[in-house]
Amino acid sequence: MIRINCPFCGERDHSEFSYGGDGSIVYPSLDAPAEEWSAAVFQRENIRGMQTESWQHVNGCRQWLLVERDTMTHEIQSVRAAHDGVGKVLEKGQ
Amino acid sequence: MTRFSAWSVFRNGLKGQRDWDRQWRDPEPRHEYDIVIVGGGLHGLATAYYLAKNHGLKNIAVVEKGWLGGGNGGRNTTIVRSNYFMPGNRQFYEHSLELWEDLSHELNYNVMFSQRSHISLLHSPAAMDAAARRYNTMRLTGSDGEIWDLNTLKANVPHLNYSADARFPIIGAAVQKRAGTARHDAVAWGYARAADSLGVDILQNCEVTGTTREDGRITALETSRGTIRAKKVGFAVAGNTTRLWQMAGFSTLPIESHKLQAFVSEPLKPLLDQVVVFGVGGAHFYISQSDKGGMVFGGDIDWYKSYAQRGNLPIVQDVAECAVSILPCLGRVRLLRHWSGVMDMSMDGSPFICKTPLSNLYLNAGWNYGGFKASPASGWYFADLIANDRPHQHIEHFTLDRFDRGINIDERGAGPDPKLHG
Repeated sequence: MIRINCPFCGERDHSEFSYGGDGSIVYPSLDAPAEEWSAAVFQRENIRGMQTESWQHVNGCRQWLLVERDTMTHEIQSVRAAHDGVGKVLEKGQ
Repeated sequence: MTRFSAWSVFRNGLKGQRDWDRQWRDPEPRHEYDIVIVGGGLHGLATAYYLAKNHGLKNIAVVEKGWLGGGNGGRNTTIVRSNYFMPGNRQFYEHSLELWEDLSHELNYNVMFSQRSHISLLHSPAAMDAAARRYNTMRLTGSDGEIWDLNTLKANVPHLNYSADARFPIIGAAVQKRAGTARHDAVAWGYARAADSLGVDILQNCEVTGTTREDGRITALETSRGTIRAKKVGFAVAGNTTRLWQMAGFSTLPIESHKLQAFVSEPLKPLLDQVVVFGVGGAHFYISQSDKGGMVFGGDIDWYKSYAQRGNLPIVQDVAECAVSILPCLGRVRLLRHWSGVMDMSMDGSPFICKTPLSNLYLNAGWNYGGFKASPASGWYFADLIANDRPHQHIEHFTLDRFDRGINIDERGAGPDPKLHG
């Protein structure tokens, strides 16, 4: 069991979360060429090692998180809110 | 190498099995080969065999970083079937099943292929209709398939949970009688032995660590046993395809690596004569009984990307819940072993057997859950591609650019999310 330290709820089992996928993907603008969209939707670096990925805390706060996790050892380096605004609110403790 | 026959088995039985030769050589790598296949799993070994057998090619090597069949070849639930629907998949998997039917004779090695029927349980009229469509398509394209009503199913598999109070009551089944199971290690050994007897060098403990490229070609592979020059190179390393792809100078592929667990119980007396599949709602479960009596079963992947060959506990629990909900008699059976393999999960659930941007590099990858059953045809068509430098029509859509062209082969209709293509 991977334990994910949710910045909103604290450390929980990964079975509370849903895996999103590669969190480093930046989608192109809507009028970008089809090749750019094809690359963003279908192409993956498939890193063996530390990668940034998205998880949603579906059975908790329901927030999307960005997790840096090693895909070989499953060690987690950092967890932060996926949405900047939510992250900033959290840092200010508001 | 001694050919196996009834007489040789009998004679060695009398001599305490001490009279067998080595089954394949353990050669030193040569400096150069005409064709090097990277990956000594079922697909790589089958490819080398068919290159030598079907195309009469010589000077071939298979390089394997560990031991033969130590990857996914030895980490599956050994199910063979051809109940695929999509054009391309249909012909390919049917050809594979036909190859399985004669494989023990072809290789002179008993792969213990047992056509014991593959039974997919159905739980709603809509599922019955969808299965009728799929299985009719199979019959119309030269395969076999049947839809069983509840009484036929009960007569054939009496001890499933037929309770009307079940969360998903069983109302029938889709059956392919020519499907079944095979002994996975024997497939690797059989192909290795047959390929070796045709002159293929099988180089174990030989890990590829880099490539040398000149003018749009791969000219040599750096390995843990030295540099090996090659005129043509084939990659067949599902699970680690992206890593090798990046060693060849590329960056991305429409593949993610996920891990899939499989389980075997303590041996039981004969209990289940068929492969039974339970897939409805959130459940996904498949089970058969090995010749040694162990119940061999599995379920979903672990739901997050991973290269670790070890499984997580929530999936153990999911699979155990499926097991007792469909076969309550397994409730007190103890688990003997469970293991995990790393799958190439592709973006549409279908594989790649194709050319690459390097003119002498060929790719065989993206087998998702389905690589075991596919291995004979995979080797057959990959060999054909490498020998003739053009894809056979049955694999013409198993290309990397199908996503750019909008011709995905999405058998499950799950969309571009690798973890959903079970």
